[in-house]
Amino acid sequence: MTAASISASAPQKNALLKVLGPIHVWALGVGIVLVGEYMGWNFSVGKGGAYGSLIACWIIGLLYTCVAMIDSEVTSTVAAAGGQYTQAKHIIGPLMAFNVGLYLVMAYTMLEAADALVVGDLIKTVAGQYGAEVDTKPFVVLTIAILAWLNYRGVFMTLTVNFVITAFAFVAILVLFFSAAGFGGAEPILRHSEMLTELPYGWIGVLAALQFGMWYYLGIEGTCQAAEEVRSPGRSIPLGTMGGMITLLIAATLTWYVCAGLMPWEYLGQAVTPLYDAGRLTGNLQLEVVLFIGTIFAAVASANGCINDASRAWFSMSRDRYMPQWFGAVHPRYRTPYRSILFLVPIAVSFAFTGLLDQVITFSILSGLLGYTFMSFNIVRFRRLWPLGSINRGYVHPFHPIPCILLGLLCAATYFATYLGYGASLLSIMAFYILISVWFVTRRYQYVRRGDQFTMPWPRPKGY
Amino acid sequence: MSKKPYEPPVQSGAGQFFDSLVVLVLVYASLMAPLLFKEAPQAPADAADKPAVTWESLNQTPAMVEQWEKLGVDIKAAEPMITNRFDYSIEPVSLAITVLVIVGYFFFVLRTSEREYREVIRERFGPAKGD
Repeated sequence: MTAASISASAPQKNALLKVLGPIHVWALGVGIVLVGEYMGWNFSVGKGGAYGSLIACWIIGLLYTCVAMIDSEVTSTVAAAGGQYTQAKHIIGPLMAFNVGLYLVMAYTMLEAADALVVGDLIKTVAGQYGAEVDTKPFVVLTIAILAWLNYRGVFMTLTVNFVITAFAFVAILVLFFSAAGFGGAEPILRHSEMLTELPYGWIGVLAALQFGMWYYLGIEGTCQAAEEVRSPGRSIPLGTMGGMITLLIAATLTWYVCAGLMPWEYLGQAVTPLYDAGRLTGNLQLEVVLFIGTIFAAVASANGCINDASRAWFSMSRDRYMPQWFGAVHPRYRTPYRSILFLVPIAVSFAFTGLLDQVITFSILSGLLGYTFMSFNIVRFRRLWPLGSINRGYVHPFHPIPCILLGLLCAATYFATYLGYGASLLSIMAFYILISVWFVTRRYQYVRRGDQFTMPWPRPKGY
Repeated sequence: MSKKPYEPPVQSGAGQFFDSLVVLVLVYASLMAPLLFKEAPQAPADAADKPAVTWESLNQTPAMVEQWEKLGVDIKAAEPMITNRFDYSIEPVSLAITVLVIVGYFFFVLRTSEREYREVIRERFGPAKGD
């Protein structure tokens, strides 16, 4: 099937299959994010100390609760592939939509790179424990290549696999917690009174820790990416997203509790695989193996979901000609956006090859943060252009406008947190989005059909 | 009077290929290049003259030392991990530039989107009353 024939075809011919239920939505959201408990969150310990990280975990939990509330309302109403990208197209306008699409692509592609990097690093660490020396690069390539192939073959199989490996990774955290805390007759090994220290940087460190505090939850909004493939969006998306948030809040707190009681904060703040290290410190080989498998599974599930989400965002943008329409093709047999999947593979691989986990994570975090900033004004406009009752909403979030105000304030605080210590990365990603926005306005927008950007069966927006 | 819908030009395969390359160049130039050319941390100049580091001088308690050792990190490897700290001093100029860049970016995106959105709505729903 060629791009030209796709663009000219009816929407059904170029549509994705509706096969997913709430459990798949949960698996897609948690599957992407659960790796955040296995690695990356601990850089918040490096920025603000162990207590700083815990405070950041809860504050950012509030940010994501706002995100989940807002996103559930808009996504259950705009149930189409592309998630927030499609929302921006209908509510704000093409350039914002182009940027939101890119936030999604970059956040997920960088997260995928970080996942692959962790798989390679973990295998290298374990090999090192047994005296072998291995190169991480083949494992990075292999991880991304296998997952890209799975995604190429079909979304249902991909997300079913995700559900199984996500469940294992979550259970591994519970097993570690119960074992380390001494439940079920085991000797407790946690040493909080000996490991925890004062705030090493004071309260400014707590603020700085908000940056990596996002890693506990980053990607939960990915539940929206499969909106077009969900059987009952009004029920499945809020249920899957909120269930995912609860799962993550529990997992994040347990993870912090175990790791902070086992490692000096200076080590924890720089570890690549903190949960695996916690498993090693228990002195229990079976637990170490469970945490090894858990880390690999969490990284693989996350990378798997990321390929799914990034490629769908890229596919949606290409289908609308925001990007070259060649990428907007659906595989004639598997009905997947196969060209988009393949295009993003080398970007993920090359960033994973840098080995700079904190920097790659920062790019992912910043793209996510820009997307959350967009959500705070998107919901205000959504309610203004189509007041309650004017269109059929799958779900209406309570307490509006408190969540969006809180979200805006927390986003501003997190930009400042990133400026503290990662200011250059913040400016370089802003340079990317500014340059590519100028490119869109001056070059790409000419290929976009104006009227086709609004496809929802809604009345004319108020004020237009 | 209703305006004719905008008919975009058809982009050639070569044009699409070129645009894909532009995206890749922007990704690598603005995100990858700063990572690759980032200055590596300088090694201390007079490492030989430095007094021997002890766990006590690094403020590590016996319990912490025990965990470092279980993790397979010796004092030499632990020292930079413990002593390298973030500098959270705020430079007003760089902070002002960062704020301006973020605010300016959203201002540009929202303003341009508003103009484009009006075109979309006009084409989808027809001219507004009074047009």
